[in-house]
Amino acid sequence: MIQQKSKKGAVAALIACTALLAVIVLLENVSVFLPASSVPNLLKPTSQLFAVLKKGAVYSLAAVSMNLLNGFTGLFSLGQAGFMLLGAYTYAILSVPVADREAVYYLYGGSAVNFSFQDMFGSIFGTQGVGGAVSMGLGVVVAMILAGCVAAVFAYLIGLPVLRLKSDYLAIATLGFAEIIKAVFQWQALGPVTNGANMIKSFPTFSSFNITDASGTVILRLSTFFPFLVSMICIAMICLLINSTYGRAFKAIREDETAAEAMGINLAKHKMLSFCTSAFFAGVSGAMFAMFVTNAHAKVYTTTMTYEILLIVVIGGIGSISGSVMATFLYVACSEWWLRFLDSEVVLSNGMKLPFLRAGFRMVVFSVVIMIVVLFFRRGIMGDKELPDLFKKRIRKEGAK
Amino acid sequence: MEFAISVLISGISVGGQYALIAIGYTMVYGILRLINFAHGDVFMVAGLLGIYLSASMPLYLSMPLVLLLTVVLGFCIERVAYKPLRSAPRMSVMISAIGVSYLIQNTATYITGGQPMTYPVIPFLSDTVKIAGTSTKWVTILTPFLVLVLVLALTQLIHHTKAGMAMRAVAKDFETAQLMGIRINTIISITFVIGSALAAIGSMLYFTNFQAITPTAGALPGLRAFVAAVVGGIGSIPGAVVGAFIIGICENVIKSTEFTVFSDAGTFALLILILVLKPTGLFGEKVTDKV
Amino acid sequence: MSANILKVENATMQFGGVVAVDNLNLEVNEGEIVALIGPNGAGKTTAFNMITGVYQPTNGAVWFQEKKIVENHPQGKMEKLYKGEHAGDYTHVLAPTPDHITKLGMARTFQNIRLWKSQSVFENVLIAMHCRTHTNFLAASLRLNRKEEQDQWERVAKLLDTVGLYDVKDELATSLPYGKQRRLEIARALATEPKLLLLDEPAAGMNPQETNELTAFIGRIRKDFGLTVFLIEHHMDLVMDISDRIYVLDFGKLIAQGTPEEIQNNKRVIDAYLGVAEDA
Repeated sequence: MIQQKSKKGAVAALIACTALLAVIVLLENVSVFLPASSVPNLLKPTSQLFAVLKKGAVYSLAAVSMNLLNGFTGLFSLGQAGFMLLGAYTYAILSVPVADREAVYYLYGGSAVNFSFQDMFGSIFGTQGVGGAVSMGLGVVVAMILAGCVAAVFAYLIGLPVLRLKSDYLAIATLGFAEIIKAVFQWQALGPVTNGANMIKSFPTFSSFNITDASGTVILRLSTFFPFLVSMICIAMICLLINSTYGRAFKAIREDETAAEAMGINLAKHKMLSFCTSAFFAGVSGAMFAMFVTNAHAKVYTTTMTYEILLIVVIGGIGSISGSVMATFLYVACSEWWLRFLDSEVVLSNGMKLPFLRAGFRMVVFSVVIMIVVLFFRRGIMGDKELPDLFKKRIRKEGAK
Repeated sequence: MEFAISVLISGISVGGQYALIAIGYTMVYGILRLINFAHGDVFMVAGLLGIYLSASMPLYLSMPLVLLLTVVLGFCIERVAYKPLRSAPRMSVMISAIGVSYLIQNTATYITGGQPMTYPVIPFLSDTVKIAGTSTKWVTILTPFLVLVLVLALTQLIHHTKAGMAMRAVAKDFETAQLMGIRINTIISITFVIGSALAAIGSMLYFTNFQAITPTAGALPGLRAFVAAVVGGIGSIPGAVVGAFIIGICENVIKSTEFTVFSDAGTFALLILILVLKPTGLFGEKVTDKV
Repeated sequence: MSANILKVENATMQFGGVVAVDNLNLEVNEGEIVALIGPNGAGKTTAFNMITGVYQPTNGAVWFQEKKIVENHPQGKMEKLYKGEHAGDYTHVLAPTPDHITKLGMARTFQNIRLWKSQSVFENVLIAMHCRTHTNFLAASLRLNRKEEQDQWERVAKLLDTVGLYDVKDELATSLPYGKQRRLEIARALATEPKLLLLDEPAAGMNPQETNELTAFIGRIRKDFGLTVFLIEHHMDLVMDISDRIYVLDFGKLIAQGTPEEIQNNKRVIDAYLGVAEDA
């Protein structure tokens, strides 16, 4: 009798994720538990490591959601930045505490939306102590879900006309949509809602999840844990979706639209489902991105950002979730951290300057690295395999021996 | 009225400049089915070369040299970044193009320090002229005619030379053309050479009007030109030219109203509208999937 | 006589000025095996495409189980260009997408095999069952449909067993030999639970032995699944062997219909296949 994929795999994945989360919590709390003098630079809260981890968590969700569309459904869409922008703004607009709105929207004499989830839950659970923490957490989560929903709704509206388009035409239409969204959110007339061309800030960010005692000293850092948790849950949901009957239908569409349609798969419906789901998670990652950079600013969500994510997806391997995640962390670490030293001038002991090293060199080297990866790993680092597949193959090989 | 004329003139002029870039996009797409994301950056590099070269030599030397070096750059990009991926999935080549674009922008930032540079004044082209009551630069008047001449020359080339015939054959069917003994690598190189040369000419015209060049100065004109190519039906040269004029005029008309911030959004809205009505652009071929 | 399951009524398909199928009328009765034959380019596959919703006929209608499922009349540019007959007879436009028609209970295979290439044999069949799932998107993603899913897996296994592909179920679909790929395409079509199965040249590229096997196979699945089969085929052995009735198309026009014996002795059919001697 045929068994579905064993539960063992799911349990193993769950254990691995929990372990990873535990490691993250441990890592970021070393500086809390140990005396300041004995903490290595790497593990200080200001270390690049944590910035990379946070950004990696945010981007990996963005990359995986893009992979769902580009890699698994075969729809070449370049609207990612637009959906992230929608998510970021939705989150920001719904999360700035009412008390801070005057200051944030000072150019427009306050905000048109005088409401925030944090305040709403605050009035139920209280604003101090545990109640405050609960209302903040709930507020953030609800706002993030809504951020995803808004992105998905927009995806539905834009999808109605453009999903009929083929490959490159779809790509340019979605890219255009992202540009339009960007322009609309910078429009002065919408200022009371979007704060025009200015940024929205003062909403809860990742560091709001650090638990402090009454005097304000941090007793437990969760600022890296939170994005990891959210990304993991979301990516797990995407994995479940991909392995469900609908996910299989997506893959059928990717491989042969005509055959898929002839086998009773409604193209319009399934493309739309994939498009909206991808937009939902892009929206959530956008909300997290806003939390990461502590502001929501329309002009950040450029086509370059979309290209960056597309780059990650392809480097990781189109159609591989684990590939996307690994590529994200490699990409972010490489661009933000490992190559940092290239940006600063180095004067040797004999007074000679090392050639080339100055501001901007890091990015040159980084782009060369990317070109090399692209030229020599045509199918990305993972191809369309997943991490567990590699283990399985090895076991099978050993078994054969 | 004067205002309307001046808007229209600058629209046509900018459109002409976009057309020169758009042809590069559309020709490469026609043959390789590749969106050459690096093309806008080649255009920017041509601008930078113009600045650096004319600082050290007279214009009559520097400008042809700019043309030559841009062509060399286009050729090298194809050989290094696209040729090795000929048999790779389409997406990989596209990513390679994005990578090249990234590399060019970052290198330009490194070399220029990210500061905007000023394009040299080209005598005559930069002189002002009064036409229909509005004053404008000569370049604005000359662009459309120059574009027309170049496009006519290009169509002659494509329709009446052996290389042009080979190009059309490769565009129709890559593999069959190869089997028929056409040296596709040569043809592809020629395509990139022509595209880059037109982009170089475009950069001379464009940056005479908009003199500040930053490392990302190629991105926006590049994107607009690409939109133009898509509006016209990507792969079609007349389509690219018509599309470019439409985009140029549309952009300038929006800029002249109070909705300046929507100048790019407006062109994209137009693009989406056209694609919804004609899914393969104005002059694009209909692709039918044979069952 | 049992009721007809498929009826094509005055269907004309015109591409620009070219009439690919000209005023086609045919009926397929429940439980029959009916073949559509004709020389290359006669419009057989086009006829299939009209029936399954891939193309919309320029004029005419298609009935399935006594219900009109497709109807069209010349519109727009076609109004002037239209060269067929019965121009005024149809006034409605009924153009369901292929998936809709499949859900009604009509499944097809393709002339040039169209399997999902990077999926395994098992998955190819499993995906085809998707159109019969009842779980909604969210429930399926959250795995609330374990029972249905398990049920589908078992049915796929059974189906693969019936068609003799169970031992290769984990192979990549494209790694199978040609004959088995054809068979997999039929299995995949069966997974959509059709009442009418349309086979587009199921024996194309097969050697005589494989063709014989296929003939037996089609006969068997018809019985096992209670199917009606409508097929396009060039292998006359196969066609004459299993068909109850045959329709012959040439240059888009129906030139003959009848039992295999009648067709074998029909002069027009022989002319169409062998050509008419201009002057001997």
